[in-house]
Amino acid sequence: MLEESSEPGWLSEEVKTGTTIIAIEFDGGVVLGSDSRVSAGETVVNRVMNKLSLLHDKIYCALSGSAADAQTIAEMVNYQLDVHSIEVGEDPQVRSAATLVKNISYKYKEELSAHLIVAGWDKRAGGQVYVTLNGLLSRQPFAVGGSGSSYVYGFVDAEYRKAMSKEDCQQFVVNTLSLAMGRDGSSGGVAYLVTIDEKGAEEKCILGNELPTFYDQ
Amino acid sequence: MSSIGTGYDLSASTFSPDGRVFQVEYAMKAVENSSTAIGIRCKDGVVFGVEKLILSKLYEQGSNKRIFNVDRHVGMAVAGLLADARSLSEVAREEASNFRSNYGHNIPLKYLSERVAMYVHAYTLYSAVRPFGCSFILGSYDQDDGPQLYMVDPSGISFGYWGCAIGKAKQAAKTEIEKLQMKDMTCRELVKEVAKIIYIVHDEVKDKAFELELSWVGEVTNGKHELVPKDIRVEAEKYAKDSLEEEDDSEEDNM
Repeated sequence: MLEESSEPGWLSEEVKTGTTIIAIEFDGGVVLGSDSRVSAGETVVNRVMNKLSLLHDKIYCALSGSAADAQTIAEMVNYQLDVHSIEVGEDPQVRSAATLVKNISYKYKEELSAHLIVAGWDKRAGGQVYVTLNGLLSRQPFAVGGSGSSYVYGFVDAEYRKAMSKEDCQQFVVNTLSLAMGRDGSSGGVAYLVTIDEKGAEEKCILGNELPTFYDQ
Repeated sequence: MSSIGTGYDLSASTFSPDGRVFQVEYAMKAVENSSTAIGIRCKDGVVFGVEKLILSKLYEQGSNKRIFNVDRHVGMAVAGLLADARSLSEVAREEASNFRSNYGHNIPLKYLSERVAMYVHAYTLYSAVRPFGCSFILGSYDQDDGPQLYMVDPSGISFGYWGCAIGKAKQAAKTEIEKLQMKDMTCRELVKEVAKIIYIVHDEVKDKAFELELSWVGEVTNGKHELVPKDIRVEAEKYAKDSLEEEDDSEEDNM
């Protein structure tokens, strides 16, 4: 009897942040949320990764797709924004951050496989959420991304209301993440939240057993 | 206040014993030979006025522009060697365009003027090139930052101003500008005053005829830099000519 040489997935598969990510704008800021599962094939290589990456004091981005591609884009844009904010002498606009991400995503769209949602607060336009999928740039009231997002499009479309408060937005994000993590095999772990407003960015982590439960739990 | 820089003035890469770079100072003299240009910032915009001397009877009206559009919201008025100024306006346009391409929004004027000033400064460092023989005034209007005015000179420095003048009559123009309360004025009021100042500083004995080029950017143009419309310019020139006549008349009375 020949033994099957089953190599662990993490030796051969590309590392992807399977992911559910979401960002939503409220009057005076934004809320970003993500799950924490990083998979290589069927192996979970990191169950507590924070996919909400800082681009500047009040601008964050949510990573999805290939972990390496997404992290590298975020690092590059973080560097470019540091230089840019010193050159112009003020905090960068969220639109600038999103444009920088978009320029990289578009120029290398054949080589890269990552989608970043950019969200933050600046003094000119308040809270803003930008989608940069495949190199486009579009501002939206809210955005979802990653493999888990497919399972929750119906939920977010039905539950989203204009002019929600900061707390409502945070609850909306947590509910969405919880539902997605429940159905998507590539999403799971804990939920990370970042709330950004005029005063700054506040990071929060919600452990698995503290996430809201729905009909089946 | 000029001194002879014999021996130390042949290249921009040489300091004189008293610490001056004569080539840069000579470049500034080139600006002083050109006709006057002024820029004034007011409550809700920026107005430029340029005295364009007419050197030929065959001169076509409206040609030989001295005010350029650098970006939709930025205007540039120049004095000095015009060829140098035109090439710098291309540099400024490229900077503004690249900024918009990289960062997705209008270039802030302070940043643009610093970038162009850096470029001008680079030409004051080497003996292989000569400094640019022109100064220019940049103005813009933005909803959030309001009106901004910056001036760059051949040495490569840029400063922000409420009002500035370059060219042969810059001292006289500065005196007139200082009399204005520009912070409380609107663009429409300021256009007339700018026209008046150009008429005042124009030297009729030495320079004969001139054409007034006026442009503005502000709330009145919705943030777009453009030449002042003909009817407003005509009205402004009329105001300028009438004010000058009044002053002439009052002088006669006193005598």
